[in-house]
Amino acid sequence: MTTAISVKNLGKRYQIGAAETKFRYNMLRDVLVDTLYAPVRLAKALVGKSDRRTNQNFVWALKDICFDLEEGRVLGIVGRNGAGKSTLLKILSRVTEPTEGTVTVRGRVGSLLEVGTGFHPELTGRENIYMNGAILGMKRTEIDKKFDEMVEFSEVSQFIDTPVKRYSSGMYLRLAFAVAAHLEPEILVVDEVLAVGDAEFQRKCLGKMNDVAQQGRTVLFVSHNMSAILRLTQEAIVLKKGQLIKRAPTPEAVDFYLASGQTESGERVWEADEVPAASAPFRPIRLRLKDRSGKVVDTVRSTEPVSVEWEYQLDAPVTGLRVGMYLNTMRGEYVFTAFDTDDAKQYEQFGARQPGRYVSCCQIPADFFNEGRYSLGVNASSFGVRRYFMDESALSFNVDISGAPGTQWPEVRQGLIRPRLDWKIEKID
Amino acid sequence: MTELAKHEPTTIYIKPSKGLAALNLRDLWIYRELVSFMVWRDVKVKYKQTLLGMAWAVIQPIMTMLVFTFLFDRVAKLPTDGIPYPVFSFTALLPWGLFTVALNQGSRSLVAHNNMVTKIYFPRLILPMSSVFAGLVDFAIAFVILIVLMFYYQVTPAWQLLWTLPLFLLLGVITALGVALWLSAINVKYRDVNHALPFLTQFWLFITPVAYSSSVISEKWQILYSLNPMAGVVNGFRWALLGTGNGPDLALWISVIISVLIFISGLFYFRSMEKTFADTI
Repeated sequence: MTTAISVKNLGKRYQIGAAETKFRYNMLRDVLVDTLYAPVRLAKALVGKSDRRTNQNFVWALKDICFDLEEGRVLGIVGRNGAGKSTLLKILSRVTEPTEGTVTVRGRVGSLLEVGTGFHPELTGRENIYMNGAILGMKRTEIDKKFDEMVEFSEVSQFIDTPVKRYSSGMYLRLAFAVAAHLEPEILVVDEVLAVGDAEFQRKCLGKMNDVAQQGRTVLFVSHNMSAILRLTQEAIVLKKGQLIKRAPTPEAVDFYLASGQTESGERVWEADEVPAASAPFRPIRLRLKDRSGKVVDTVRSTEPVSVEWEYQLDAPVTGLRVGMYLNTMRGEYVFTAFDTDDAKQYEQFGARQPGRYVSCCQIPADFFNEGRYSLGVNASSFGVRRYFMDESALSFNVDISGAPGTQWPEVRQGLIRPRLDWKIEKID
Repeated sequence: MTELAKHEPTTIYIKPSKGLAALNLRDLWIYRELVSFMVWRDVKVKYKQTLLGMAWAVIQPIMTMLVFTFLFDRVAKLPTDGIPYPVFSFTALLPWGLFTVALNQGSRSLVAHNNMVTKIYFPRLILPMSSVFAGLVDFAIAFVILIVLMFYYQVTPAWQLLWTLPLFLLLGVITALGVALWLSAINVKYRDVNHALPFLTQFWLFITPVAYSSSVISEKWQILYSLNPMAGVVNGFRWALLGTGNGPDLALWISVIISVLIFISGLFYFRSMEKTFADTI
């Protein structure tokens, strides 16, 4: 087997904090001094010497990353927000340069980071296919050859000569994905794209990714969805704070990932550097799990109701907002998904929210969980518009089933939930 | 699989670039089709949802020419080396128009396409380049109007010099591109460029012989004046089309040298800043 990707001592350093200090003007005097200083700053900036006030903070988004990947393998990449997954993909697709280390890539890297990039609303679907194809590095003849296939895949053939600004967001996305999916790179990079679009479309995307893998191409797959990672990859790496901390067959890596970093005890607090800048104006603060008496707990009793509280800050007004949670087993199977504005009346009242600090809380009823460990994910989004923030494994907790139905038999009960059903027994004969 | 077997994939080495970055013209060549696509898109989209459409490419230079004619010919009565003023100014407005497009569109090209810059790899040089080339389309339209004007005012072109016109056009493109490279790269980090642009455009118009003839500048200032490469371009256009001025003299060569310097330094500055575009934009 030949090596498709070889990463050696890769590191990427970002400068942070420059912008904040620069605009901390309180007094007119500061503004005046700053204005007078402007020509000096300009001169310094142009010769490449940075301003003394802007060079304090650096953060390593990636540090000492080493791995090789053989051709035709599908590698999963897991890690929390801010672990460096996206930075790694950006370096591999040459969007940004590493600060140190080298990467050797054999073949063209196509990425599904770039769905719809370069689409212009005024151009028709047909024109955008050509435009987008060219941006992704396809030759005109290559696009000609695959054009019909792309149109068919996107299911927008009857609107192909309509400007895309008249498309629904679903059509737009399908068309965009069709182009990216037909790029046929030797190495495909997929980042969380599956979180957008309807279920049918997601199925199609996963199918396409599977096809790509079947054809013997190399795939890198980043997701917060552990069940997708488990289903689609054989091997995975775990990133934590910019370091590669584990490489193993997927089930082992996923277990490791879920077990590590989940030491929070019934409470998850987000530090400023854990919240990506892209989630603004939404800022998560903390997620807590409380028992009936209001105590924060990491082990809940299945016979008692449990409250979930998510506290967050909105820095600007948001419309169409829904804040909610995913409940998963540790293996990434979904138990349920629920949002605070699922109820139509609630949505009417809270769909549009003013800036401020909020708490969304709900109660999971008693006699719901089965024995085991569960993971709570959170999501804040405006449907079909934008996902502000997501963390698929924000918090995990144990369920203690003492007193639950059927505990008089010392056996493991199959199933994700353990409801207390109202059995009636009648003798009918 | 068959698709894969056909060609041996090229190996790409990704590492931090040190010192002066190579120009990487090979990638630019590979992506050459993208340049034509971008130009085509810019032209196609430019006048979308406007009532007058492509007519704007005609109206803009004509209106400027009319205003100039009124102010500088009727009111100020500037000398024009014996050429009817409308033709005299319009000849200069052609390369000037190209230059302003480059200055405005080109300088904003990276920031305007920031979603492309932060998501995909492609040679970033393509963005300012295609903005400048899109300006050539407006240039071609305006050129047709110039021919009509010359016909109307019965100005005979300087036939024996006409072959130099493409060279001056090239000089104009190089100057425009050079300035666009500098400003677009600076604009990524410092949006001050956006604020400076309107002023810069206006200022540059004053120091370029568009509305007036460079013969009104006194002899001792001529060398200083020619440090503005656009002066060389505009004088060159007049010389090639109308036969006015001195032709290739010391002043012109100074303009050429300055223009080439701006272009080459712009290329290297752009390339050296390119690696951080995606992070700082």
